[in-house]
Amino acid sequence: MSQNELDYMKSRVTAGKMTRREFMAKAAALGIGTAMAGTIFAEAANAAGPVKGGTIRIGSVGGESTNSLDPALAASQVPTLNLKTIGDYLTEVTPEGGIENRLAESVEASSDAKTWVFKIRQGVEFHNGKTLTSEDVLKTMQRHSNEDAKSGALGIMRGITDMKADGDNFIVQLDTPNADLPYLLADYHLMIQPDGGMDAPAAGIGTGAYTVETDEPGVRHVFKKNPNYWDDSRGHADQVEVIVLNDATARTAALQSGQVHVVNRVEPKIAALLARAPNVEVKNVSGPGHYVFIAHVDTAPFDNNDLRLALKYAIDRADILDKVLRGYGTLGNDMPVNASYPLFDGTIPQRALDIEKAKEHYAKSGHDGSPIVLRVSDVSFPGAVDAASLFQQTAQAAGIPLEIKREPGDGYWSEVWNKQPFCASYWGGRPVQDQMYTTAYLSTADWNDTRWKRDEFDAMLLEARGELDEEKRKDIYSKMGRMIRDEGGLICPMFNDFIEGISTDLGGWVEDPNLGTMNGLVGVKCWLKA
Amino acid sequence: MHPVLKLVAQRLALGLLLLLAASALIFAGTMILPGDVAQSILGQSATPEALANLRAELGLNDPPVQRYFDWLLGAVQGDLGTALTNGRDIAESLSQRLSNTLFLAFWAAVISVPLAIFLGLIAVRYKDRWPDKLISAVTLASISIPEFLIGYLLMFFIAVQLGWAPSVAMIGEHMNLGQKLQSIALPVIVLTLVVLAHMMRMTRAAILNVMQSAYIETAELKGLSSFHVIYRHAFPNAIAPIVNVVMLNLAYLVVGVVVVEVVFVYPGMGQYLVDHVSKRDVPVVQACGLIFAAVYIGLNMIADIVSILANPRLRHPK
Repeated sequence: MSQNELDYMKSRVTAGKMTRREFMAKAAALGIGTAMAGTIFAEAANAAGPVKGGTIRIGSVGGESTNSLDPALAASQVPTLNLKTIGDYLTEVTPEGGIENRLAESVEASSDAKTWVFKIRQGVEFHNGKTLTSEDVLKTMQRHSNEDAKSGALGIMRGITDMKADGDNFIVQLDTPNADLPYLLADYHLMIQPDGGMDAPAAGIGTGAYTVETDEPGVRHVFKKNPNYWDDSRGHADQVEVIVLNDATARTAALQSGQVHVVNRVEPKIAALLARAPNVEVKNVSGPGHYVFIAHVDTAPFDNNDLRLALKYAIDRADILDKVLRGYGTLGNDMPVNASYPLFDGTIPQRALDIEKAKEHYAKSGHDGSPIVLRVSDVSFPGAVDAASLFQQTAQAAGIPLEIKREPGDGYWSEVWNKQPFCASYWGGRPVQDQMYTTAYLSTADWNDTRWKRDEFDAMLLEARGELDEEKRKDIYSKMGRMIRDEGGLICPMFNDFIEGISTDLGGWVEDPNLGTMNGLVGVKCWLKA
Repeated sequence: MHPVLKLVAQRLALGLLLLLAASALIFAGTMILPGDVAQSILGQSATPEALANLRAELGLNDPPVQRYFDWLLGAVQGDLGTALTNGRDIAESLSQRLSNTLFLAFWAAVISVPLAIFLGLIAVRYKDRWPDKLISAVTLASISIPEFLIGYLLMFFIAVQLGWAPSVAMIGEHMNLGQKLQSIALPVIVLTLVVLAHMMRMTRAAILNVMQSAYIETAELKGLSSFHVIYRHAFPNAIAPIVNVVMLNLAYLVVGVVVVEVVFVYPGMGQYLVDHVSKRDVPVVQACGLIFAAVYIGLNMIADIVSILANPRLRHPK
C-alpha cells in the first residue's frame, strides 16, 4: 500500500474534490478494508472543516404537544434541544468536562469563592434586535429565582443571596462558597432572554445561532440561521429542524430512510443491528445518567445498614448491564457519580455480586423474613421491570425475600418515587459531583430520595464546595462517595450510555457526555457534508 | 312538521344531551386518574414550591364541581379555554390538529369506502368461488393483524427498503397537495387495510340477504346480467346496513387512529389527546372528547337518516 497515494487521496477529500464513493473504490484498490477506509474518509472529510448550508434534521424523543418555549419549564429532550438551538448561556460545559465562557466573556471568583463576577460579552444581539446587557442577564436569573416562574433551575438559584448588574458585569453573591458556580449557571434552563423573559417567557427570543421559524409543539420545530450570530464557529446549516419522534421504531426508520440526520435514544437491543445499516453510524457515550433502586434509610426495614448491604451484595450488576443495556453502559458502584464527573476517585473498589456476603449481612440484620417490596414500573427506567426480576433472582439465592410490585407508569413520579420506601428510578446526572450530591443527598434536599440525612456528610459537601484546591476537593469527594457506597440507600446497578444514531452525511460530531445529542448542540455545532 | 325534519330535530337534541353526558364522564375520568396536572407538567424534577405555585395558578385548588361548571359555561359560549400545560389557546391548536385528522380520514375514506363496496359486489357476484374467498381471506387477515404491525411492515419495506414513501408522515402548510399525499401514503394504506374488511363483509352480507328475494329472481329471469342485477336491483335495497357500517368506520377513521398516528408520527388529534391525557390537561381532554363524541354522534345520526331516506316505507309513513 502506498502511503503517499493515501495521503494524496485524503488531501483530495479534505479539499472536497473526491466523493466517498470514489474514495472507497480507490482505497479498495490500495488494499484497504471497507471499514478502515470509511474511518479514514470520515477523518479526512471532517478535517475539511464545516460546510455551510442545508437543513439538519433531528428526530428526537421527549416532545409533546404540551411543550412550551419557556426555558423555565423545559424538562425533556425536545424543549432542551430547542433552547440550546435558539439560545446562549453564560457558560457551557465542554465535552471534556471543562467550562467554556459563552455570553460571559470572562468569569472571576473572589478567593473565598463567594463572590463571582461575570463580564458580559459585548456586541451580542438578541433575535429581536435588542443588544445584550448585564441587565438582561440579571433579569433572567431573577426570573428563575422567583418561585412563581416554576423554573426547573430554582434549586440552583437558592444558594444565591444577591445578584446585581454593574456596567458590563453581572455579579453574584453566594451564601456559602461554591467553586462550581460556572457549572451551575450552564444549566439548560438558564438561557439568557431579553429582559429576562419577564413579559414574554415563551417568545423563543434568545441570542443563539438560530431563530424560531415554526413552532408546532409535539410535531416539529424549525429554526433558521441567525445572520447576526456572534460566534462564527457555530451555526453552519441554514436551517435546523427538530422533529418529534417519540416512537422508537419511527426514529430508526426515519434515520434509515434518510428523513433525519440524527436520532437520540436508540434502544440498546437494536443498537448493534442499526449500526449494520448503510449510511448510519451508532454513537454511544457514557454519561452521568444512572439507573437506581432506592431505599429510604429512615424507614424499616431499610434503616438497618446490614440489610442494605445484603441487598447491595445480592445484585448482579454485570449481568443486568449486559441483559438490560446490552453492554451500552458502565457498572454502577452504589454511588451517584462515576468517571464522567470531574474529580472522581477511580480507586474506589467496584462492588460485585457476592452471595456469601449477602447471606452474612442478611443474617446479621435480623430481618424477620417478611417480603421486601420493591416497586417498579416501565417508566422507572427502560428495562426496569426486567432488571428488578434479575435482582429478585440473585436475592433469592441469598435467601432475601424480594417481592416485586409493578406500579402503573401513570402517576409513578408523584405517587411512588420519593414516597414509597423502596422503588426503582433513574437520575439524569449533573455536570459536577457537588450538584449531584446537593440535589439528592444533602439533608435538606427536596429530592433526597434515599432520605440520606447525615450532618457529617453535609459538612463535607459544604467544605468541598468552597475548596479551591482540587486535590483536597477530590479527596473529600472520594470520602463522600465511599460513605454513600457503604451506608447509603442507593443501589446503583449501572450508568447508562447515551446511544444515538447519526447519518454519515453529518459532520462535526463529537462525544459529549452532557445531556445527550452533544449537550443538545448537535444542530448548532454540526454540519452537513457536501 | 315533516316527519324527517322532526326526526332530525329529535336526534339533534338527543345528541346534545349525549355530548353533555360525555363531557361529565370525561371530567370525572380525569379526576379519578392518579397524579395531578402540576406534577405531570413539571415532571420528576419538580420542586415542592414550584408544584404549589403551579397548582394555585391553574386553579387546581378549586373544588372539581366548580371547575367543571366554569368550563361548561365557557364551552357553551364557544370558549374552549387555554391549555393548562402550555397556555396556548385550545381552539387554535385543536383546529390545526383536527384538520390534519380529517385530511387523513378523508383520503383513507375516499380510497377504502368505494374499494370495500366494490370488493363486496365482486364477492357477491363470485359467491363461494375463488375471488370471493380470496377477497375475504385477504381483508380478514389484514383486519386481524394489529395495525401497528402493518404500519411497521409497510415502513420497513416501502419506506426503508424501497424509499417510495416517507416513514414519517409529517405534513405542514408549506407543502402542496401532492407532497402531502405522498407524505400520508403509508398511514392511508394502513387505515384502508384496517377498515376494509368490516365494510366489505357487511356489503357482501347485506346484498346476499337481498339476493334471496323474489324480485331478484324476476330480474334474473328477465335475462339481466348478474352484475347488473346486483348493483341495479339488490344494492339500493341493501344501502341501509351498508351506510351504517360505513359511518361506523368513518367515525373510527377520525377518533380511533391514535396508534397509526403514533407509529407514523402524524400530527393529528389522537396524538394531541394522548399527550394531554398523560399531563392531566383537563380542558384539552374535554375539548378533544367533545369533538370525538360529536363526530361519533353526528355520523351515526347521518347513518340513521340515510337509512330512513333509502327506505320508501320509512320515507312516506302512513
